[in-house]
Amino acid sequence: MKLSGWGRYPVCETEVQFPRTQEAVSAALREGPAIARGNGRSYGDTALGAPNTLDMRHFNRMISFDDATGTLTAEAGVLLADVISSFLPRGWFPAVTPGTKFVTLGGMIAADVHGKNHHRDGSFRQFVDWIDLMDETGEVLRCSRTQNAELFDWTLGGMGLTGVILRTAIRLRRVETGWISQTTLPAPNLDAAIDLIESNLDALYSVAWIDCLATGSDTGRSLVMLGEHALLAELGKDQSAHPFGTEAKRSLSVPIDFPAFSLNRYSIRAFNSLYYWNGGRKSGESLVHWNGYFYPLDAILAWNRIYGRRGFCQFQCALPLETSAKGLKALLTETSNAGLGSFLAVLKRFGEQSGQFSFPMPGYTLALDFPMGRYTEDLLKRLDDITIENGGRFYLAKDARMSAATFARSDDRVRNFKHMRRDAGLDHRFQSHQSKRLEL
Amino acid sequence: MSKGSILILGARSDIGKAVAHRFAALGYSIQLAARNAGSLEPDKADIKVRHNVDVDLFEFDALDLDSHQAFATGLPVLPDVIVCAVGMLGDQAADEKDEMAACKVMRSNYEGPASIFSVFANLFEKRDSGTLVGISSVAGERGRAANYVYGSAKAGFTAYLSGLRNRLAAKGVHVITVLPGFVATQMTEGLDLPQKLTAEPEEVAAAIEKAVGKGSNVIYVRRIWQLIMMIIRNIPEAVFKRMSI
Ligand SMILES: Cc1cc2nc3c(=O)[nH]c(=O)nc-3n(C[C@H](O)[C@H](O)[C@H](O)COP(=O)(O)OP(=O)(O)OC[C@H]3O[C@@H](n4cnc5c(N)ncnc54)[C@H](O)[C@@H]3O)c2cc1C
Ligand SMILES: NC(=O)c1ccc[n+]([C@@H]2O[C@H](COP(=O)([O-])OP(=O)(O)OC[C@H]3O[C@@H](n4cnc5c(N)ncnc54)[C@H](OP(=O)(O)O)[C@@H]3O)[C@@H](O)[C@H]2O)c1
Repeated sequence: MKLSGWGRYPVCETEVQFPRTQEAVSAALREGPAIARGNGRSYGDTALGAPNTLDMRHFNRMISFDDATGTLTAEAGVLLADVISSFLPRGWFPAVTPGTKFVTLGGMIAADVHGKNHHRDGSFRQFVDWIDLMDETGEVLRCSRTQNAELFDWTLGGMGLTGVILRTAIRLRRVETGWISQTTLPAPNLDAAIDLIESNLDALYSVAWIDCLATGSDTGRSLVMLGEHALLAELGKDQSAHPFGTEAKRSLSVPIDFPAFSLNRYSIRAFNSLYYWNGGRKSGESLVHWNGYFYPLDAILAWNRIYGRRGFCQFQCALPLETSAKGLKALLTETSNAGLGSFLAVLKRFGEQSGQFSFPMPGYTLALDFPMGRYTEDLLKRLDDITIENGGRFYLAKDARMSAATFARSDDRVRNFKHMRRDAGLDHRFQSHQSKRLEL
Repeated sequence: MSKGSILILGARSDIGKAVAHRFAALGYSIQLAARNAGSLEPDKADIKVRHNVDVDLFEFDALDLDSHQAFATGLPVLPDVIVCAVGMLGDQAADEKDEMAACKVMRSNYEGPASIFSVFANLFEKRDSGTLVGISSVAGERGRAANYVYGSAKAGFTAYLSGLRNRLAAKGVHVITVLPGFVATQMTEGLDLPQKLTAEPEEVAAAIEKAVGKGSNVIYVRRIWQLIMMIIRNIPEAVFKRMSI
């Protein structure tokens, strides 16, 4: 069948199976090259098997929970949203979370996702105790920092290319409430934004939303948002009645495709200015519900459709600390010159690098999305070049179109990853459209 | 503190599991009954971990009619709500050639579910309370060449539920008939179902929760099916018999 990632670009032909048992997974692996798929929230073709895709969402059972340590053992297809709805009322929250809760644990591990706290806590791997991985022979290996440690290291961030994750044990974070005390700081330009972030590295969460159409000396005009889990004593009367926040309602779905032109530079400019000024006025401290704070886009189910039929592409790179300011400025200038718009421009600070193939490196990461159109690919190529010139690298969970040569140039670790795959005989067993395109 | 208890018959069913989760989230204690019940251990753990409620497993075979009395009276507590998700689609083409196979489909969808509900209806009547939820199907609304073996048994079950509701209406016992259209489950996996007409098991579970709360009588899950079935029921037989739908 035809399948795509969250960006709805590219759409590829793949054979999808929905295994319910371990035996069904190993039987499927015997049929030919395959890749596991979680909830399809990666943007491009990383979860599109070539030729076979194993949709892991039937592996959705929780196995046990230790309330003393906050350790959850669960199957890989369990959704993060379900983890939150089960454990937040008991005082636990994911230690690292991406900007959507509709991801599976397997997808989070395979992409080794990062959150707004990477500068403090690192990526998701820091909170993974072990995984059970089915290898190319159908054997299941327990992998951890002490057992099959190398495979563990490659698999976290390995984009499904080392095997199928069946189960995992992860640690959650103790929280007193489901509220975030947020400080919003307007920054007139990029240097100011970076200064604000650097001087607040002790904040647990930190992120900046950039108005990427601001030009000239305003380039990088943004809102820097810092956050901490609010303590019970910090809640007002209304919130104390529901310290963990009542169940978030699913609302406002975007069921039909908006025409592509509804997101032209004017509508995006209006959106971005509004955002900046709204926040600008509200700057200062506020208490924000966890769902609105971490998952602002989840309230609009299927928001990926607002970009229309052609889909969209997300560009996300990381730049080393030394070249961040220069590189980011160049990326933003190139983007605003192109005038193709970006609904979202998100800037985060990364802390230490860990693992063999995980995306984060100490420095800054910038994420932009673009509706797919005639000139988009040209712009993306220029952004690729700027990234590489500045010693940066790319996030495979977002990539949909990069060339193998670009990817290889961006990261020396690519060669090791390929060798590891070849030596272990993984390369002809686990294949996605992305791995073929990038010659992994 | 438990809000009540619910028994799911045919608990390995995707719809049945979704119902169990839905009621567990409300704080109900859960009884799962199925053939080879031991295989539901992972689901038992899952429900317990997620919702912090009691879950028990029971061996149950809808076709083993002789066991039904003992099964019902042997439960540690008589539940407040019982949902029967037992069903078997069968293979229409094969069933046309093999009347024994056809009978098994008929017995699994009608005789077995009706038998166990007969037993529980009397226990509920004696207690003056309880809700019986029978999952039948729109397939029982009119026999079609494509699945009349299954459909006829569902028709029987639908009529049975209607009669039982009538009998118990004044006795504090409520009976709900669920007529789902297509649902994406193991039963229909691999079939090419129209997306707009196909519900997720969680949707069926939500509809059942609502129906239990409101005391509804007959529900269709996706509204559109009510309209579709009204049209199908009203096609004159002389025309219908030549149609292929
Ligand atoms: C709105 C939005 C915001 C986001 N924000 C962030 C963010 O802040 N930080 C961040 O890091 N990411 C972010 N992402 C990306 C997202 O977190 C990752 O793409 C994640 O991997 C998606 O998980 P999934 O379950 O949907 O997996 P899929 O998209 O289905 O798969 C992703 C990858 O995981 C592999 N995989 C999935 N399951 C398994 C398994 N069981 N075994 C082996 N491999 C498997 C797949 O092969 C594929 O390579 C965001 C995405 C969206 C849509
Ligand atoms: N899916 C649809 O499109 C759809 C549409 C309308 C109505 N329905 C009805 O919805 C109900 C639930 O079905 P589903 O879609 O969830 O499919 P399902 O997953 O196949 O569930 C059917 C269940 O019935 C059980 N069962 C069959 N015979 C049994 C017996 N003799 N004793 C005990 N259990 C028995 C099966 O158990 P085993 O695992 O032991 O085989 C299976 O778990 C069924 O009544 C079905 O007819 C389904």
